Amino acid sequence: MAESVVLLGFWASPYALRVPIALAEKGVEFEYKEQDLSSKSTLLLQSNPIHKKVPVLIHNERPICESLIIVQYIDEVWTDGSSLMPKDPYQRANARFWADYIDKKVIGTSARIWKSKGEAKETAKKEFIECLKLLEGELGDKPYFGGDTFGFVDVAFSAYCCWFYSLEIEGNFKMEEECPKLMEWVKRCMERESVSKALPDQHKIYDYLGHLKKRLGLE
Amino acid sequence: MGEVKVVGAIPSPYCYRIEWALKHKGITYEYVEEDLRNKSPLLLEYNPVYKKVPVLLHGGNPVTESLVILEYIDETWKEKPILPEDPYERAMARFWAKFADEKCLFSIITAFLSQGKEQEQAIESSLEALKTLDAELEGKKFFGGETIGLVDIVAGWIPHWLPAYEEVAGIKLFDAHRFPSLDEWAKNFNEVLVIKENLPPRDKMMTVYHGMRKNMVSSAASK
Repeated sequence: MAESVVLLGFWASPYALRVPIALAEKGVEFEYKEQDLSSKSTLLLQSNPIHKKVPVLIHNERPICESLIIVQYIDEVWTDGSSLMPKDPYQRANARFWADYIDKKVIGTSARIWKSKGEAKETAKKEFIECLKLLEGELGDKPYFGGDTFGFVDVAFSAYCCWFYSLEIEGNFKMEEECPKLMEWVKRCMERESVSKALPDQHKIYDYLGHLKKRLGLE
Repeated sequence: MGEVKVVGAIPSPYCYRIEWALKHKGITYEYVEEDLRNKSPLLLEYNPVYKKVPVLLHGGNPVTESLVILEYIDETWKEKPILPEDPYERAMARFWAKFADEKCLFSIITAFLSQGKEQEQAIESSLEALKTLDAELEGKKFFGGETIGLVDIVAGWIPHWLPAYEEVAGIKLFDAHRFPSLDEWAKNFNEVLVIKENLPPRDKMMTVYHGMRKNMVSSAASK
C-alpha cells in the first residue's frame, strides 16, 4: 500500500513548524496543506474535532494531533536512521521534561512580551530571559540538546527560532547578550537543512506579528 | 537498578497516579510526604524548575512532571504495560491523557477555585470536556481496553476527587445520565485493587480543599 503522509499546518506556528523539521530529519516525504486559521477547512475540523488546531499529521488516513505527540509518533514509526529520542529511559524522561517546559513556560511567557505593554511587558521579558538561561544551562557544552545528535528538544525549540527576532524587537533586548551559547545553538540549527527549509524568514514573522497585533487590537 | 522513592503530598491526584502506576506494575517503593506549605530543601533540589510534587526518585535520580514520570515508569519496568505497543495507539493514548489533564482537570480545578463569571465559564468548559471523555469511552470498559492504561490512570481523579471538588465549591458537574459511559467506567475503575487500596481519605481531602477555596475567596475579596 502506498504510504500517504499529509501535514495540516500554519506557516507561522512554532508548534506546527516542528513537524516538517521532524519529517525532514527522518527523510519522510509528505504533502503539505497550509491552513487558513481564520476560516478552518472541513479537513482540519474533521481531523482535529476536539481542538480544531494545527498541526495535524494524517498518516494513511489516520490523524494524529498535538505537535509533540506527532513528533514522537514520527520518531516511533520511521525508525531508519537516527532517533530523535535517546535510548535510555532517564534521558528520554529528561527530553520529554524539557520539551514540555518549552510548551508550558517558554512559548506562553514570550507571547506575553508582545501581548502586553509597560510593566507587564518588562516582567514578561524578564521571565522569558530567565527561561532562556535555564535552557542554556540544560544545553551546557553539548552541540544540541540531544547531545551530539539533533534530538527531540532540538526539534521542539528550533521551530521557535524564527520568532526570536520579533521577540527581541518587541522586548527591546538582544538574545546574543543574554544567552550567547543558546544563540550558537540557534546558528547550528539553522545550518541544518531540515530547519532552514522549514522555517519562514524572521522578517516575515515580524510582519505577520504586526498584522496579528492589529487584528487583536493590540497596536 | 536502584531504589524507588515517590515524593508526594496527600491528596494531590498528580501524586496518586504515580503510586497507582508503580503498584500496578508491582514495584516496591518508599513514599515520602512533602509539606507543600514548607517545602523541603530536597524537593527544591530535585525539582528546581517547578518546585512541585510528584517527584520520582530512581537510584537517587529525579524524574518530574507526572506524565513524564508515567512514561518513564512504563519504559523502565516492562511488566503490565500502561501504553500500547503500536505507535498510532500510543499517540492516541498520549492525546487523551493530555486532554484529561489539560482540558478536563484544568477546567475543573479552575471551577473549584473561582467564583462568578470565571467559574461559570470554567463549569461550561468542564462539562464539555467530560462529555468528550464520555464519548471517547463508549463501548470500552477502560480507556486502555480490558485493563487500565495510561489514560485511565491520568483520568483517575474523576471518580474520587471530582465529588470532593464539587462539594467544596458547591457546584454540580458530574451527572450519571449525562455521562453514562464515564459513570460506568468510574465504577469499574474504583474496583481495581491498586486503585481501591490507594485513595486519599475523604476527610483529609475536604480539609485541604476547603482551605484552598477559602484562601482563594479571601484573596479575591482583598483585591
